[in-house]
This record gives sequence, structure tokens and C-alpha cells, in this order.
Amino acid sequence: MNITGAEIVVRTLQELNVSHIFGYPGGAVLFIYDEIFKQNKVKHILVRHEQGAAHAADAYSRSTGSPGVCLVTSGPGLTNAVTGIATAYMDSIPLVVISGQVPSHAIGQDAFQEADTVGITRSCTKYNVLVQRVEDIAPLIRQAFHIAQTGRPGPVLVDIPKDITAQIAAYAPDKSPIVMRSYNPVAKANKQQIKRALQLIKNAKRPMIYTGGGVILGNAAAELTKFADKTKFPVTNTLMGLGGYPANKKQFLGMLGMHGTYEANMAMQYCDVLLAIGARFDDRVIGDPTHFAREKRQIIHADIDPSSISKRVAVDVPIVGYIDDILKELNSGIAASLPEPKPLAEWWKQIDGWRAKKCMNYKKATRIIKPQQVIEALHEETRGDAFVTSDVGQHQMWAAQYYPFNKPRRWINSGGLGTMGFGLPAAMGVQLAHPKAQVACVTGEASIMMCIQELSTCKQYRLPLKIINLNNRYMGMVRQWQEFFHGNRYAESYMDALPDFVTLAESFGHVGIRIEHPKDLKAGIKHAFAQKDKLVFLDILTDPTENVYPMVAAGKGLSEMVLAEDL
Amino acid sequence: MRRILSILIENQPGALSRVANLFSARGYNIESLTVAPTEDSTLSRMTVVTHGNDATTEQITKQVNKLIEVYKVIDITEEKHVERELMIVKVRAAGEGREEIKRLVDIFRAVIINVTPKTYIIQITGNQQKLNSFITALGNSAILEIARTGACGLTRLDK
Repeated sequence: MNITGAEIVVRTLQELNVSHIFGYPGGAVLFIYDEIFKQNKVKHILVRHEQGAAHAADAYSRSTGSPGVCLVTSGPGLTNAVTGIATAYMDSIPLVVISGQVPSHAIGQDAFQEADTVGITRSCTKYNVLVQRVEDIAPLIRQAFHIAQTGRPGPVLVDIPKDITAQIAAYAPDKSPIVMRSYNPVAKANKQQIKRALQLIKNAKRPMIYTGGGVILGNAAAELTKFADKTKFPVTNTLMGLGGYPANKKQFLGMLGMHGTYEANMAMQYCDVLLAIGARFDDRVIGDPTHFAREKRQIIHADIDPSSISKRVAVDVPIVGYIDDILKELNSGIAASLPEPKPLAEWWKQIDGWRAKKCMNYKKATRIIKPQQVIEALHEETRGDAFVTSDVGQHQMWAAQYYPFNKPRRWINSGGLGTMGFGLPAAMGVQLAHPKAQVACVTGEASIMMCIQELSTCKQYRLPLKIINLNNRYMGMVRQWQEFFHGNRYAESYMDALPDFVTLAESFGHVGIRIEHPKDLKAGIKHAFAQKDKLVFLDILTDPTENVYPMVAAGKGLSEMVLAEDL
Repeated sequence: MRRILSILIENQPGALSRVANLFSARGYNIESLTVAPTEDSTLSRMTVVTHGNDATTEQITKQVNKLIEVYKVIDITEEKHVERELMIVKVRAAGEGREEIKRLVDIFRAVIINVTPKTYIIQITGNQQKLNSFITALGNSAILEIARTGACGLTRLDK
């Protein structure tokens, strides 16, 4: 069958079972949009800014496990999407970006809406490629999906010059496996290392399981739970790993890291055998690596990416492979090698001592709403089963701390890049992937302004999101750092001239509600969620002076936390 | 410590910039970099000379390996290996110094490949140390211009 390059693009996406594309049209992609118009298998979602397209496609992927797809035009279309692509790259999210490019003959001529797309996105994609012949479109798109989803996942970009989308070539669906001699990520875990790991697990007196986004991305949550059930070891999750292990289990010590719990950070610091699973010892997780390395412990590190191993922390037993497979092997090998009950009992006693600090306690007030209260009320109203997206800052940390996640892929946030503006478009992607689910976007009055235009997209597709705006009139996390480290000089972190979010939401055709008093909080949230078919923007005025605790200051060690009670 | 990485990479547009970009993005240093197609025209061999301790070199090797188009990376300084670099030097060769330079060329087993009444262009190959010694022997005052290729190398292993 001979068809145009543009039709090949759309047919290949159909062939790959793509349900949604998030995009924005423009000159270089007009032939592709013409083909999108002529079919109804792949649904196109028109965003209001390309950053939103990338975030929505990214969150579609985070919540489903299937790759998200976005389509942007050349030049500014692509550069607008770069923040979203970099966000997906830092969190290893499978995302396929198709970008239009100026016609082949115009490349390098400083043509209208030309940008060196492949050059610009080289360091924020797992792979990118400029299509040079119409015959290559289908194979390169199939290859993009393959690369995006296998090994350590990540965004892949396919840049297609306009003239090539108008040329004619033969097309036939092709489901044969993709073979690339220079890309073979599937690593079967080394048996010897599994054996060594089992030995350490058996002899551990103060064991600790520390898991990250790799457990979520690798669909290994069930196997992890089995492993924890068998070993009775304590478990902590990183910000990206929340939901990888049910938060309602007794063995769960909460999140670790800069704003992690006292018990998780102390257990991390003082364990004798640490199992790091799909995590990468990030600076926000272990703080200062030399301080962390002061305590002697054996580290087992399982990860799909060999370059994550011994990158920041020297590892004793490296295991490279798919996390689910590794956990299966550990689970089957573990039966005979369970640790003696007595030393573990002592370890748990020590952990319970740390737990007794109750580091997550906070003081409620009668006149002003505490942000933690809002998250707890949201958790109660949604029975802990909503999809929660967030932006970046204090509200993100409170959401991570006070909304316990029991299932993977429910907590959707920008952990690595820390992209303000992520939350709203992400919530759109999640709601489109799960039309019946409750989707809440926890945000702040600073973050929400960065992609506020997407309220218009929400109207067009009738997305009944619930936006929880923790409005403290400050860029809260910036203000907190200025309070701690810059002598209370709040340089440019006060949000002056804020819009009236209630009428703003209404002007986009949504419902806006403001909550100012603690006594109205629960009823307000209930009322918002009762409006099942409407987007409700809850503008909740919260305590502007509240800080996120516990806190490990940047560059400090995990056991050097500042707790709320210390102040 | 000086390391020589030998990288086999798909001979595709942009391959060089992917590797160069990785080094600059992660703050690794490049002392020299050479690249040309191999006996298999679909593959290029890139030889990168870099500096780093064992941990840094391990990270560099892993990160390079992660590039989709990289077929193989080896740190040839881990093995017995040969290393060669080509240098051409334009020198002032007038008056009595002209003979002395000719003698140095013979001692270093270099070749004079261009002659004018006032200058020579000398071609010399060898490892980095040999080329540096030759520069020292010539002395700063004689040298007009230098062009060096950077090192390339292979292991001495049977395969």
C-alpha cells in the first residue's frame, strides 16, 4: 500500500495501539494533522501550550505504564515541549515525541520556525533521530517505542521534516521484534550476585529495604510486597517510589530523604544490610554521600541501569536486570535463608523507638488552615484511592507525606527535574487515561500559574479534575529556604498580585470555591468531589508560615534532620 | 590517571556529537578525540583520551555504553595495548639550525614532508610521550605551528 509519510505516521501509531496523542498543530505538522482529522482511532487532545502536551503524555504513561505520545510543530512548538521532555527524562518515563521539522532542503538555512531539534533535545532524550527518508518513518517510530519502553525507560524523539510527510512510500504493519545490534538492554540478573545477595539477606541483623521509581516503572510492586512479607524487613520508599509498597503496612517507615520520616532516615543510616531496589541514591534521598558512607553497611543494589550502580555510593553487591525478575529470583531463593527472629526483633525495637518521635505530628490551629490538614482531608474524602498529581514545592512534600499511597502509579509528580507547572497537565493525562477515576491535582498558587492555560483544555474535554490549591501567598519552598539559610530575606518569593482563583476558574467554565476557615475544610472538599462531572478549583488559604518537616538540609547527613519539635 | 577509551559506534549522523555531548554534560574531560570509519563501514571507531580515577572511568564507560548507538566500549589502558598519534610540525629552518633540525628528525625517525628555503614541515608518529619529547628537543623558538591528531590505539589481545 503506497501512502504519504503523514499517513504512515498515523497508521504506525494505530498499529502500536496508541489511544491518545497530546499535541498542538503548526506549519510543519499540517500533513500529519490532516491525517489525524481523517481517522478516529487515535484521539488527539489539543493542549494550550506544548509544555502541557509533554506533561500530559508523560502522566498518561506514569498512570498506565504505556508510553505517552505527543506531537508538536517545529521551532517554538518543540522548544516549548523541552521542559516536559526533560521532566520525563529525569524520571525515566517512556514518552514518544513526534516533532515536525522544516522541509529537508530548508534545514540549516535559518528557515521560519526552524530549530536544531535533535541538537536541543540530545541531552534530555534517551534517543532522538531526524528522519531522512519517507521509508524510514514507520521503522523509526516503531524503534522509538521500543527504545522508550525497554531497559531504563525514557523519552525518545522523532523529528520529521515537512516534505517527507508529503512523500509517498509503501507501508505495511510490522509486528516483528525490533533488533538493534548496539542496543540490547535486556540483562538477565547475574546468578552469582543473587546468591551473594541472599547470603547477606540471611545474615542481616539490621536490614532495610529502600525502593524507588524503578519498582513502579518495572511493575514490581506485587513482587516487592511478597519479598517484604517474607523477610519482615522494614521498607522505605523514595518520593518516586511511593505506592511501590503499600503505605498502610506496618513494615512501611514512610518516605525517606530530605523531607522523609525520622524513622526511615535513621534506619537508612544505621542499617547493616541495605537493599536498594530501583533507586539511585539521589542527593535529595541520602544527603551528603560521605556522611552516608561513614556508617559501615553492606549494600545490595538492584537496578536496570548499570550506570546507576556505584555512581554516588559504592555498592557491595550489584545486580543489573529487570526489578520484577530480580525480586522473583530473590523470593524463590529466600525460603531457606530467612534471618533469625531475635536480632530482627531488636532492630524493630530500635525502629519503634524512632517512630515514637512521631515526626509527622503538627500543630492544628483554629483560625487558620494548616496545609497538612488539607491533604489529610483529601485522603479521607477519596478513601486513599485517588490519583494525585502535584506540582513542585512545599505542597508536593505535604502531599507525599500525608497522603499514604497503597497502590503504584497513583502518585504522579516531577521528582527528578522538579518542574513547576507539571501538576495540572499531568492530571489531564491521568484523567484521560482513567475517565472514571478521581483525579486530584495538589498544587500551590505559584506552581498552578505556570500552566494555568490548560484549564481551557480541561473545559474542552470535560475533565472533572479536582484542583487543590494550597494558597499561602508565597513560593513556599523558596520562602522556607530563605527563612532557614538566607536570614529571612524573602527575595522575590512573595506572590503579589495573585488572581482571584475562584472567578478565574469560573471564567474558564469551571467551578471555583474558596475555603478560608478550618471548620469549612472537610465540607468544602466533600462538596467539590460531589460534583462528579465538573472541574472544581478549590482555592484553600493556608498558613503562610508553615514549613515542611522533618528536613535534612542540602549537603547534610541523613541523621542530621531538623524536626518540627526541635524548634 | 590517563585513560584511552576505544568506542565502536554506529556510523550515523550525529554520532560524534552524542559522545562529545555526554562528556560535556557530565563534566568529564576530553584530552583528545579521534574518529573514523572502521573496516566495517557501518561502524566508526572513536578513541577518547580522558583523565579520571577508577570510579570516574567506570562511570564514563557505563554512561558511554548507555548511548543507544554505541556498540562497544573498552578502556584499552586496562589491557596491553599500542597507542599512536600523528603530529605535523612546521619549523623555522634557516641558517645553521637547518642541519640540526634534520639531525633531530633522523634521531626521532620522523620525516620531512615539505621544504621551503626558510621552513620544514615534519611528520612524526608515536605515543604521546615521544611526540612531547620531540617538541622539547626542537625548542620553542623553532616551532611555527603544530597539528596533532590525538591518540588512537588498539589492544594487543588476539581477538
